[in-house]
Amino acid sequence: MGESEKMRIEEHPILGTFEKGKKVQFTFDGHTLEGFEGEPVAVALRSNGVLVHRYTTKRNEPRGVFCAIGRCTDCIMVVDDVPNVRTCVEPLKAGMVIQTQFGKGPEMSE
Amino acid sequence: MVTIGAGPAGLAGAIEAARNGVEVVAFDENERPGGQLFKQIHKFFGSSVHQAGVRGFNIGSGLLDEAQKLGVEVSLSSVVLGIYENNVMNVMIRDHIEQVKAERILVATGASENMIPFPGWTLPGVIGAGAAQTMANLHGIRPGKRLLMVGSGNVGVVVAYQMLQAGCEIAAVIDAAPKIGGYGVHAAKVARYGIPFLMSHTMKEANGKEKVEGATVIQVDEKWQPIPGTEKSFDVDTICIAVGLNPMNKLVRMSGCKTVYVPALGGLIPAHDLNQRTSIPGIYVAGDVSGIEEASTAIIEGRIAGLAIASSLDYLDEAAFVEQRDRQFQNMKGLRTGSHGEARRKAKDYLNAVMKG
Repeated sequence: MGESEKMRIEEHPILGTFEKGKKVQFTFDGHTLEGFEGEPVAVALRSNGVLVHRYTTKRNEPRGVFCAIGRCTDCIMVVDDVPNVRTCVEPLKAGMVIQTQFGKGPEMSE
Repeated sequence: MVTIGAGPAGLAGAIEAARNGVEVVAFDENERPGGQLFKQIHKFFGSSVHQAGVRGFNIGSGLLDEAQKLGVEVSLSSVVLGIYENNVMNVMIRDHIEQVKAERILVATGASENMIPFPGWTLPGVIGAGAAQTMANLHGIRPGKRLLMVGSGNVGVVVAYQMLQAGCEIAAVIDAAPKIGGYGVHAAKVARYGIPFLMSHTMKEANGKEKVEGATVIQVDEKWQPIPGTEKSFDVDTICIAVGLNPMNKLVRMSGCKTVYVPALGGLIPAHDLNQRTSIPGIYVAGDVSGIEEASTAIIEGRIAGLAIASSLDYLDEAAFVEQRDRQFQNMKGLRTGSHGEARRKAKDYLNAVMKG
């Protein structure tokens, strides 16, 4: 993990540079990572080399981003203790606590 | 009038209706309007009336500006949950649900991507071509370092080129069909990079345990059957699927409108006449939901629907309506030529005939 993967596009031939929010820290399964405020959580994770977002209920198979527009729900994770959050459309905030989701995720308290 | 979807068709419809005095609200489930237009960084085709040579995202900004100037209310993060009798809709706006009744509804919900299943297709790293576009062109991140593109239609070749622009490597473009499906202009841009096009090849499997670590493809015969012994493997971390689109018809079908299965238009299509009217009074369709075509045709269909709605509400007299609508018909003609366009035009004529009974 870490920004070593160099997945971000620094200078795009058509689009130039991308407008981003301020750099913020968040945690992923206990590790402190960095991303830009307001970008989808999935994008911040991808920039840190995280591809596996969850494991399925029955077969424990890994899943990650598939449609990237909030439709397929393959990229759901536990975000700030809330399970089933579509990380491809959930904006990143400073201090977010993001966890790999196993099956249906933890039970929510009332 | 309510438009469901603020993509090219919905915005164009909203603009024409609002220009003639109709009060318009556009609901869109996304946080940003424009549908897929803002991901289209390539220049569009056609002639100057189709804004040829203009990049998709600029067309999107233009439509959005115009809609806003005309007082169209664009309501984002607003999911239309259902269409019921008498044009009543339930709309989830962020965290609450409102009931909305409109005199006219333009359903412009667009399309979703087709997928082909193969062993390993659920692995992280297998993504839709739309996802690749969203990540690179909207969020400035490469979906992977080295990609295999599955599908050589327009989406496949356009997105393959966009991934090159984003700084990814492309191992190959494969397609089960014997010929490249996309326009020559787009395919040539990819071919000029020396990227192999493997025609008559399909996915055998995605390799890897936790994520994609490679792809195995296999040649198919003229009956689409895999030929054992023709497997080839690619060292890729991403497999991008671009095997067509299907109309997002679930919502409009709730209205009970007549539908027809039309393969040339991508699937189950709400029957509609040349004014984009469905079989349910007051409900219109435009863009990909009324048949998979392109953003430029979606804009024209949207304009026709907007004009027809304005006319049906007496904001536009018959002569002015016919004149303006016929100008749009004329614009459309240029886009429904060639073998693909001709098939779509015939399919649209068929749907019009279905409407007439």
